[in-house]
Amino acid sequence: METLRRAMGLLSGAWSWVRQVSGDAAYENYLRQAIRGGQNEVLSGASAVAAPLSRAEFYLDSLRRRYSTVSRCC
Amino acid sequence: MKRILKILAWGAIALAGAGALAAIAFERREPLNAVWFIVAALCTFLVSYRFYSAFLAAKIFALDNTRATPAERLEDGRDFVPTNKWVLLGHHFAAIAGPGPLVGPTLAAQFGYLPGTLWLIVGAALGGCVQDFTILFCSIRRDGKSLGQIAREEVSKRGGMIALLAVLAIMVILLAVIALVVVKALRESPWGTFTLAMTIPIALLMGIYLRFVRPGRVLEASFGGVALVGLAVVAGQWVNASPAWSRAFTLSAPALAAAIIIYGFGASTLPVWLLLAPRDYLSAFIKVAAIFALAAGVLFVRPTLAMPALTRFTDGDGPVFAGKIFPFCFITIACGAVSGFHALIASGTTPKMILREGHARIVGYGSMLMESFVGVMAMIAACALQPGVYFAINSPAGIVGKTADAAAKTISTWGFALDPQTITSLAQRVGERTLLDRTGGAPSLAVGMAQIFSGTIGGEHLLSIWYHFAIMFEALFILTTLDAGTRVGRFMVQDLAGHAWKPLGRSGSISGTLAASAAMVGAWGYFLWQGVQDPLGGINSLWPLFGIANQLLAAVALVVATTILLKMGRAPFIWVTLIPMMWLVAVTMTASYEKIFSASPRLGFLAQASALAGQISSGAIPAAQIAETQRLIFNNRLDASVTAVLAVMVLVLVVEAVGEWIAIFGGRKPAALHEAPYVAARPAEGD
Repeated sequence: METLRRAMGLLSGAWSWVRQVSGDAAYENYLRQAIRGGQNEVLSGASAVAAPLSRAEFYLDSLRRRYSTVSRCC
Repeated sequence: MKRILKILAWGAIALAGAGALAAIAFERREPLNAVWFIVAALCTFLVSYRFYSAFLAAKIFALDNTRATPAERLEDGRDFVPTNKWVLLGHHFAAIAGPGPLVGPTLAAQFGYLPGTLWLIVGAALGGCVQDFTILFCSIRRDGKSLGQIAREEVSKRGGMIALLAVLAIMVILLAVIALVVVKALRESPWGTFTLAMTIPIALLMGIYLRFVRPGRVLEASFGGVALVGLAVVAGQWVNASPAWSRAFTLSAPALAAAIIIYGFGASTLPVWLLLAPRDYLSAFIKVAAIFALAAGVLFVRPTLAMPALTRFTDGDGPVFAGKIFPFCFITIACGAVSGFHALIASGTTPKMILREGHARIVGYGSMLMESFVGVMAMIAACALQPGVYFAINSPAGIVGKTADAAAKTISTWGFALDPQTITSLAQRVGERTLLDRTGGAPSLAVGMAQIFSGTIGGEHLLSIWYHFAIMFEALFILTTLDAGTRVGRFMVQDLAGHAWKPLGRSGSISGTLAASAAMVGAWGYFLWQGVQDPLGGINSLWPLFGIANQLLAAVALVVATTILLKMGRAPFIWVTLIPMMWLVAVTMTASYEKIFSASPRLGFLAQASALAGQISSGAIPAAQIAETQRLIFNNRLDASVTAVLAVMVLVLVVEAVGEWIAIFGGRKPAALHEAPYVAARPAEGD
């Protein structure tokens, strides 16, 4: 049972690594950061907090950023 | 006790590595097995990572995990994102590993396996990894600034401009030469052309799915795309077998070059989500899978290397490219040993994502070691081929002749026995009409990979499928580099043009975008066209030009790094960057001088131009070919000028930096660093 749990843990770690490296988890990372940033702004007394981008908006924005600089080597 | 065991273990690894390196260097009685190369590379890399990179991290950079990185201080969830070190290692490796570490070692195998293998292992451990690690560290300490910005601040304004121009020049030549590699691989190859052509509609489908159906679900789209590409590789054999379809996908070299130029223009101007990005996802997956499959295949098959340690072409008269081991082995293999282009990645996205300074060691130094290991695998795959077959595939028709009989006869006179039937039947077995005159490295690597893969799965049955899988994978990620490079080049051209006339610099302007894209595609397209027309195959002149440009950029990066180490008060240790820098300056200056001024027409651009001009004036060229010959003369003179400009730019930067060093040493100038101020790091997930 313990071995199975460990194997599942390893598999889930590997899957999470693949999601992070491939960019599949990028939007979740962004949302986490945006929520944290929004909370900080509220705590610091900001009157209006910008809404986070939607998944589609974030995807387009991240592509624009990635391909405006050298992202692939020889 | 634990300490003694550790010392014994590291002593054993060091001894195994030294023993394997000695076997590679001195064993001549019988052919070597690939295992020697794997042991030599792995053990050397383990030792250099454990000890040399630890020395750099602790004594030179004094990496400080209590200091907040730009990813933490400037976190915005978009550019600046604190990232787990293993995830960032994957990101960085996928970004630096392109076609270079596969093609360069394959071409350099013409000298035999020894020079290229030693350069890959030693060059990476002492040069390439140090460059990548140092520039990454410098950029982390400067809010993730680019190499050009760092050069401007730490060396001089002129230094920054030189770095920017060197980057643009290397991009143009890189894109031309990798496009030429694709042309050489797919010329008159309906199966390969069909498979690669199919990747365009597959990428478009993925793009639409990722944009409208399930935005940003990269893995779903990529798994679907990879499956469709697999189908396209298999379907290619039916296209090859059908006379009508086969005719439709059989393209000559000029037609393929024209198609790639049109494609490059389209891919760089279309919305990035439609073609470029999905193609990049597809290529990244297939690239990483193929590289791991190659490593696993080599370990499983453990082929014996048929190529000798040194061939007769150490005399500088090689058919793949002209020139002696020094300096040409060291510029032919750039990526895999030392590649200046990596400095752009190490000062691009990666420094903005690093969570802790200490992670720079595995990400900067470690990922370059991984790339070098890929280079060693490519060397093994190329040298596992019979040398006669290797030279038949990689020698241009202008040297060995156009038919199997002529090629076999010429290659046999070089001491590498080759039966014309062998090369003809090998072509049939891999599903090609011919493998002759496919200079460029990709097809011979694909044959080597196909033999290794079919030795693991499928046997002779799947040889043709594996060959076309390997060709597709090389062509796919070459074209991805082409798309992305053209787009970045377009921004750089717009940036430069904007200095002259502001409206040209606006990235939102359609006419500005079209004009800059046309300028970029026109520049690399010109060199590509020149390579296609070259009777010596094009690779002979373009690959050394690319190698020179890439290594000059590495010299620029190491000049900047040395200046910073000096300013940091690390003068006793500046040899870590100074020695590789001096080596690269010596290599590139010698190579530039020989490419421009050598009296041999096969080596020197000017000598070839003079020889052709002499042939015109003596009446040896028929009237119908005079215009074409004059174009060749112009191209040779242009190549000589480009080489000279690159060399002069780097000399100016070196002189400028040395002046700066002397002024700092002499106390005439304060050693002012432009680092971001220290901010204490917060504890974070992933620490």
